[in-house]
Amino acid sequence: MLDSAIEIFTAGRNTARLFEGLAITLKISAAAVGLSILLGIPAGLLMSSKKRFWRVSLKLYLEFIRIMPILVLLFLFYYSLSSVFNINLPAVTVSILVFTLWGTAEMADLVRGAVTSLPRHQWESGRALGLSELQLNLFVIVPQAVRRLLPGVINLTTRMIKTTPFVFFINIPDLVKVAQQIVEVTGIRNPLASVWVYGVIFFIYFAICYPISLFSRFLEKAWQN
Amino acid sequence: MFMKAAWLTVSLAFWGLILSLIIGFFCALVRFWRWPVVARLAGIYIELARNTPLMIQLFFLYYGLPRVGLLLEGRTCAIVGLAFLGGGYMAEAFRGGFSAISRSQIEAGLSIGLRRFQLLRYVIFPQAVAVALPAITATAIFLIKETSVFSIVALPDLMYVAKDLLKEGHNNESNLLLVLSYLLIILPVSLFFGRLEKRVRFAGFGD
Repeated sequence: MLDSAIEIFTAGRNTARLFEGLAITLKISAAAVGLSILLGIPAGLLMSSKKRFWRVSLKLYLEFIRIMPILVLLFLFYYSLSSVFNINLPAVTVSILVFTLWGTAEMADLVRGAVTSLPRHQWESGRALGLSELQLNLFVIVPQAVRRLLPGVINLTTRMIKTTPFVFFINIPDLVKVAQQIVEVTGIRNPLASVWVYGVIFFIYFAICYPISLFSRFLEKAWQN
Repeated sequence: MFMKAAWLTVSLAFWGLILSLIIGFFCALVRFWRWPVVARLAGIYIELARNTPLMIQLFFLYYGLPRVGLLLEGRTCAIVGLAFLGGGYMAEAFRGGFSAISRSQIEAGLSIGLRRFQLLRYVIFPQAVAVALPAITATAIFLIKETSVFSIVALPDLMYVAKDLLKEGHNNESNLLLVLSYLLIILPVSLFFGRLEKRVRFAGFGD
């Protein structure tokens, strides 16, 4: 049993290639999470503001993105963008774009939730103390909002990492694609290849996502009040 | 062709959802009652299911397991995979509901002489479901969206048909149909649960 595993992971560049695939997976998730946070914060503030136009249009956007499977969005942007608008983007760019569109929507909703969940008297008592608008935001609102926000953001990060296998469908050599290629090549001689390789990437994902979700739970507990 | 594929997606999602609700409920229940070994196992299962992608679970079920002697056909794989993933998420959703039930509710139930099953049926279950419903809705929609990867276990679902049409060069028609089909499947579910949430909002008791 174990021999077959050793054979697969020492043969050729198999292990190195798995790590290259992992690097692509992580690159896409990191870029998408970063961009989503950058774009999601202003979007979320607009959603919780009194500007009706922004509130309604962002809500519609959020609902649409929430309902569409990410895979469908990937297909839309990868195949239809080129044929309708004649824009040809590399697959990795498309995937970062799609994940950012989705992440921005989720992030905006998190920010909206965090800001609107703060009781009104926080603003009122801040003003009553004579704080300027800047001080009010900097010392009262932002620290509290960030606390409510952070567990959700970390959660979103793991969700994004767990969604990246979808890029397999637009032929990006991510962790999953590499694993499949290795299984295809070694599977003929080594019947247990699929068990080992898919088992290993199962635990790679677990090893990445589990600590992150533990951290999120820890923060939630530590900041409960 | 699209109708048939949509129907397949719907039926797989339906069975996967039912199973994950059942698994999730029982996992949350054994953890709520702190049954010695079972609760521990349920905890491990929940973490495994929640921290790994469905696609990898399916790959393992469909390509890995037959090599060690367990052959599952595509449909079974898809439902088992969805139930495995969904069970973990539903367990977390129910946990929120269970933990919202105050101690005094359970003590009051016991003190008027309810048996354990009656307590579960008439006191715990209705309240837990009412509180957990928003989380259950979100999970249900998430699970339906996850069905889009089933084409990797060679099932002719919506994505599979769309991919076939793509190969023949019908890019935009197929993508448009894809968007419409998923809208038609998920929007009613989302609206239905939204209404349900409004109806049970007053089910909370004692707070």
